[in-house]
Order: sequence, then C-alpha cells, then structure tokens
Amino acid sequence: MAELMAKSPAHGLTPVAVGGVTLSEAPMRPVWAVMPWRGKGAALSRALEQAHGLGFPEPGAMITSGQLGIAWSGLDQAFLMGVEPDAALAEHAALTDQSDAWTQLVLEGAAVRDVLARWVPVDLSPAACPPGSARRSLVGHMSALILHPGGDRFEVLVFRSMAGTAVHELTRAMRAVAAREAL
Amino acid sequence: MLIPCPLCGARDSREFTPKGHASYLDRPAEDAPPQAWNDYLHLRENPAGDTRELWFHGAGCGAWLVVERNTVSHAVTGARLAREVRDAG
Repeated sequence: MAELMAKSPAHGLTPVAVGGVTLSEAPMRPVWAVMPWRGKGAALSRALEQAHGLGFPEPGAMITSGQLGIAWSGLDQAFLMGVEPDAALAEHAALTDQSDAWTQLVLEGAAVRDVLARWVPVDLSPAACPPGSARRSLVGHMSALILHPGGDRFEVLVFRSMAGTAVHELTRAMRAVAAREAL
Repeated sequence: MLIPCPLCGARDSREFTPKGHASYLDRPAEDAPPQAWNDYLHLRENPAGDTRELWFHGAGCGAWLVVERNTVSHAVTGARLAREVRDAG
C-alpha cells in the first residue's frame, strides 16, 4: 500500500544560501485567520488574551509569546500562528484554518533588506519597520504577508501555489545583491 | 504615486485598483425608479481638479478607500476607509 508523505509547500526548493543571506522554509505550524464580527473587536481581543495570552494586534503589528504569534494580516483580520484557536473565540470572530494555504519562507542575513527591496514596494528599513512588524504588500506580483520578528530575519508568507515562484524570485534577488556586493 | 492608506501608511499605487468616483457609495434604494439606477450606473462627474474616488487596497490590507486626489496635478491629499465615509453618511 502506498505510504502518503506530508509535503510542505516549498519541499525540495529550500534552503538556498547566497552571499550571506539564507532562504529557508519555516516548519509547518497551524495558521488560523481570525476576523472579528462587526463591533466585536474589543471583545475578541479580550477573549484572545484570556485563551492564548495574546491580544488582537494593531494594524501593521505582530505579537509573539513563546511559540505562539498573532500577526495583523489585513482589515479586521489577523493570523493566529502556532496554535488552534480556542473554541470560545468563535463567538466573536470568524475562524478559518489557513495552515495549508500559505508558504512560510524565512529570509535571514545582513543583506536581507537589500534582497527584499528588489521585490517589495514597502520601506523595510529598521526605522520604518521595527521588530514586531507585520506588512501586507507585494513580493513582485505576489500578494504577501511579511513579518519581522527582529534582527536580520524576515518571514515571507505567500500563497501555497506561489512557493516555486517565491523561491525563484527571492533567489534571483539574493544572487543580484551578492553580485553587486562582489563588485 | 503614493496613496496614504489609513491602515498601512503611504503605499505605492501598484498595490491598489481604482474603481471610480466615490458617488458609487450612494447606491439607490432597491426599489428606486429606473432613472435613479441609470444615473447611478452611467452618469458620473469627470472633474478637472479635486475629486474623490474609490480605490481597493487589494495587494495590501484589503480595504476599500475613498481617496481624495487632484486629476490635474495628480496630488493625492487624503484617504479614508470607505466604510467610515459610508457610515458617516
């Protein structure tokens, strides 16, 4: 009988290391979209705090606590990561499982902002994007959620179907930045 | 061209899709006479100067915005969430 194997979206495509920047895929973890019903934002934030110790993040922000995180991911929407949401949250919000829908890539290295600047039309400098930031924007033509926990680490979430393109384009940018540094 | 999204900050226009004049928010009642629906669908101001338009921040936060801009100078002077504009009447 065939033995089925769980494959992550970027399976076999990463890691890639070029010129001091590494591109890898984060271990798969639960990702749930949490979208408050109209007028339930404050109640949801309290329920989140109670159940998981994390409130609902402000636009552009990410809150982390140990292995758990919640990142703002759009208008009235946040991604709860690392845990399945407590059933009590359903009273205040629509909860949808996004775990298999997103590719979670990790870019690390001193030149990581130069690499992302080739594709992302948002200022990711430390002044404009401090640790704990979450940005919805584009990577090339791909819609993306870009998380910055701190240091020289960025987590780039794109739709699962875009895993190949994302790895290809980010690798191209890594090569281009490394080539320029070598001049 | 940068659009000041109330949630995301100033963002490049490539993240947005324009819809048209903000009067799209003033939808006639369902049982309004055909003339009202005709006007709503087809008659639109096309000012040379300041105007208000609906823009969708599809590659960002997913919000519909009412953007104030000038069609002559291309200056963008403001943006608000469309639902706030609608709820404010």
